[in-house]
Amino acid sequence: MTDDIAALVADARTRIAAAHDGAALEALRVEWLGKKGRITELMKTLGAIQADQRKARGAALNAAKDEVAALVEARGATLAEAELDARLARERIDVTLPPRPLPDGRVHPISQTIDELTAIFGEMGFSVAEGPDIEDDWHNFTALNIPPEHPSRQMMDTFYLRSAGEDGAPPKVLRTHTSPVQIRTMKGVKPPIRVIIPGRTYRSDHDATHSPNFHQVEGLVIDKAIHMGHLKGCLQEFCRAYFEVGDLPLRFRPSHFPFTEPSAEVDIGCSRAGGELRLGNHGDWLEILGCGMVHPRVIANCGLDPDEWQGFAFGMGIERITMLKYGIPDLRPFYEADLRWLRHYGFMPLDVPSMTGGLAR
Amino acid sequence: MKFTLSWLREHLDTSASLAEICDAVTAIGLELESVDDRGAKLAPFVVGYVVEARKHPDADRLRVCIVDTGKEQVQVVCGAPNARTGMKGVFARAGLTIPGTGLQLKAGTIRGQASNGMLCSAREMGLSDEHDGIIDLPADAPVGEPFAKVLGLDDAVIDVAITPNRQDCLGVRGIARDLAAKGIGTLRPRRVEPVPGRFASPLSVRLDLPEGAANACPYFVGRLVRGVSNGPSPRWLQDRLVAIGLRPISALVDITNYLTFDVGRPLHVFDAAKVSGGIVVRLARAGETIATLNGKTYALAGSETVISDESGAAEGLGGVIGGEESGCTEATTDVFVEAALFDPIRTAQTGRTHQIISDARYRFERGLDPEAVVEGMEAATRMILELCGGEASELVVAGKVPEWRRSFRLRKDRAATLGGVDVPPAEQQRILETLGFAVADRGEAFEVAPPSWRSDIHGEADLVEEVGRIWGFDRIEVVAMPRASALPAPALTPAQRRVRDARRALAGLGLVEAVTFSFMQKSVAALFGGTNPALELLNPISSDLDFMRPTIVPNLLLAARRNADRGLGDCALCEVGPQFADDTPSGQSMMATGLRSGSASPRSWGARQRDVDALDAKGDALALLQALGAPVENLQATRDAPAWYHPGRSGCLRLGAKVIATFGELNPRILAALDIRMPAVAFEVALDAVPQPKAKAGRARPLLRLATLQPVERDFAFLVESGVEAEKLVRAIRGTAKEIAAQASILSVSVFDVYEGKGLPEGRKSIAVAVRLQPVERTLTDAEIDAIGQRIVAAAAKATGATLRA
Repeated sequence: MTDDIAALVADARTRIAAAHDGAALEALRVEWLGKKGRITELMKTLGAIQADQRKARGAALNAAKDEVAALVEARGATLAEAELDARLARERIDVTLPPRPLPDGRVHPISQTIDELTAIFGEMGFSVAEGPDIEDDWHNFTALNIPPEHPSRQMMDTFYLRSAGEDGAPPKVLRTHTSPVQIRTMKGVKPPIRVIIPGRTYRSDHDATHSPNFHQVEGLVIDKAIHMGHLKGCLQEFCRAYFEVGDLPLRFRPSHFPFTEPSAEVDIGCSRAGGELRLGNHGDWLEILGCGMVHPRVIANCGLDPDEWQGFAFGMGIERITMLKYGIPDLRPFYEADLRWLRHYGFMPLDVPSMTGGLAR
Repeated sequence: MKFTLSWLREHLDTSASLAEICDAVTAIGLELESVDDRGAKLAPFVVGYVVEARKHPDADRLRVCIVDTGKEQVQVVCGAPNARTGMKGVFARAGLTIPGTGLQLKAGTIRGQASNGMLCSAREMGLSDEHDGIIDLPADAPVGEPFAKVLGLDDAVIDVAITPNRQDCLGVRGIARDLAAKGIGTLRPRRVEPVPGRFASPLSVRLDLPEGAANACPYFVGRLVRGVSNGPSPRWLQDRLVAIGLRPISALVDITNYLTFDVGRPLHVFDAAKVSGGIVVRLARAGETIATLNGKTYALAGSETVISDESGAAEGLGGVIGGEESGCTEATTDVFVEAALFDPIRTAQTGRTHQIISDARYRFERGLDPEAVVEGMEAATRMILELCGGEASELVVAGKVPEWRRSFRLRKDRAATLGGVDVPPAEQQRILETLGFAVADRGEAFEVAPPSWRSDIHGEADLVEEVGRIWGFDRIEVVAMPRASALPAPALTPAQRRVRDARRALAGLGLVEAVTFSFMQKSVAALFGGTNPALELLNPISSDLDFMRPTIVPNLLLAARRNADRGLGDCALCEVGPQFADDTPSGQSMMATGLRSGSASPRSWGARQRDVDALDAKGDALALLQALGAPVENLQATRDAPAWYHPGRSGCLRLGAKVIATFGELNPRILAALDIRMPAVAFEVALDAVPQPKAKAGRARPLLRLATLQPVERDFAFLVESGVEAEKLVRAIRGTAKEIAAQASILSVSVFDVYEGKGLPEGRKSIAVAVRLQPVERTLTDAEIDAIGQRIVAAAAKATGATLRA
């Protein structure tokens, strides 16, 4: 390389290295490599050079051109990098700011429990049945072997509607239990039957532990060879799954309901030590539900032959088992729609109970 | 039903402990409510013999006593005036907690004299308020034994809840019989020898019941006992009554109360001097009044069973309560005893109508042992003669014992195939016989005749329960539910699944699910179209919960107001539940209802604050419908929402003619009526009205064909009359799809700007629409796109009079 070219490159090197921004660098590129750039101008003089020297000088100029171009590019990259660094240093937000609000809804604990009940009993082959909240006297009482004036009819604290029954029929009632749906189911579908019936129920009772409108779940199994052993097996599976206590003991005590015979009340094991209720095999007992073999008269009232069909039924309070499982101390706030309560005790929309994914997380 | 352990032992010969008895009571279905074992609490306090009591050397009122506790001699400093040498008292050693004071006793010195225990007063033992001196025990009290035993205070009180079918256990004897069957001892034989009548009763008994009401009192047995003296009953009888919570009154009354609880046989005693001529059992006369033993006076309806005398005066309400007029007093010398049967239903009605709760009513309305009437009379007579003296007349009987005998077949395998307990036949027979049933072996089955006191037994299932509960429900084998197939079918119907999904979809939209009562205040319901008189409650729990809700909206509105009162004005609440149009099953519909109030979103640095508006509610409804798989693209909004919405800012979403949902701002009149001072919008989706997806042959979705050509988007700014609705314009544009089908399909038509105001002519607004086109066969030229644009503009103009904005 001839000295003038070398000096040119050396000059370029110095000045490119001193370029501090993209514009200066571009000006240098134009100064050396542009149409009228210093190297370009020298290229133009090649024609006037003797042929024997032309090749060597041409090659030297091309090499100088490439070198300057590389210098520009390298410097450009360095400057871009520095510029990005500077931008990154500049671009700073307060990441401690809260994000823009997103939807944040909840599912009511009663709904969650109904979904849990459905998941567990569904696994045992039960389907869900429903019936109207406003019932007639026959479905709510008579068909269930509760004759008029029977003491247990008075125990129910029934709400009556003003609707005058046709032809002197008794007024409609708000169902006092989900049991009338047993009747509707047995009259509506052919056995074998295996249903649970979660729903609203009504009794005219209002204090710290009673709500005039509450929820029950009823179970009904009608088949040919179902006996109390199955009832025990079914409820044991349910209680252990629902309360998530694998060795939860159950105690069946003989009792009386007009619509079952034999009848039982079921206690689950617990401890009340230190004023705190804990479920499990701790020696104490907590009443949780009523059950029994469907009374033959109830089966007959539904048009089925009690010599052919038999089965069991059970019923329990949904609020009660919800309170037990989730440690909710009071009944009344269930219905008060207090946002603080709903947010605290409610469930996330995607917290869908299932036996495969788990009931509660 | 309360009783004491010693009372039970009078009927039951048993060595079982209190704990064993309590466990057995629960196991056989007599629910244990509580046990008060007073003896256990007092057990550490023993009979102490005061060997010497001398004056304290340094205190005038104190004595230094040496007490023999049976084990040792202990020095005690005592302040009681009656502490004296040679007495027997209640000794508490140091370390015990005194029941009456709750304080722990410590050994110490009192004015220089050691005191290592205490001689106790009745108050200190929690027995009474008596504190003038220490308890003075009888001279024969055994030293070192618990004093409670000496005073008969070691008798535990057991309280059991008797189910309504078991009237036979409303007497101690019935409970003893059940326990005997369970193997807790043996039932002691009871034989009440009839008392021979010495004279004919001067008082007669007559049943004067109309046709059809003869069962009001089918059987009445009476007897006069003359020459009695009615003072206080003896201590043992008073103790028992007090232990179960009854107040001793006089021997005659106490005897009837005692037998009510002892054998479950209510009786009544009349002062014969106040009964004229004889007893007449009749129905009440409407308007007739009677003063009863509870100090009240009742005006009778006419359906009550009245015990009157021949003068016609009412002397008692049969089976419920006795009359004041003819009640026994200390002055009574001649007593007429009544033992009768009263109709359970009529008795219950009378009790309920007049709100009289009595031990007699409680038993009669559950049905009494028809064979125990005379026995009850004889038992009462014996006690009266024993405690009050006198002599008894012959029995006076009216009516007859109703027929009660019946028998049922009990197949020997039914305990197992129904009750789940495999009880050997011999044991089944033993159980039933111990309970009083007559059992005959008929090979495959037993023939079982229930005893007279078991009116609750009506068939084989009842007998299975008897066998099962005595054998033990704890011995029911746990059997897994049989499975029809390895995998269960879905538990939910599509409609039920939709209800479940609706809750979670709404929660996903940020709404918080509430559950509110199905009833509300009638006047509020009326604001929301709830005027069907059939939906009013006859006996509401309170006047603000007296009408079945016609819609859930008011419940959510009132909830929002309550939350706002607590400073939470921005509510997003929903409820998925029933509402009621009439009292038939089809009048109940399942609604997904939501309410937003206050600001559309929480205050945030990143979002503009604005009030909720009707389109928020519409958005919720549409998002819910989309989540449920409804054909939302076919929904049409119409302006005919119910009157509780703002008429200009609400609508219905319809599929064809059917209303699927309503939405909008709440009517300001409604908000004012409910005193709600914040903006509120609501939506109501009728879940039953949303069409179910068609039952298809399979679940396969249509094949997806992805376009290879670039879609094209064109914006149009239309100028229309202010009243033109955006949906109409959009539909018109969509309507061009057929015309342009050969060249392009319309992917979407979206409204991206609406403007009305400055710069536009009065009464007109601009609606800017983006139309996204998908070329079908080849990329479209600018000219082709322009041609499509012209068709769109023409269609918009035709449908809405829209022009392109210059």
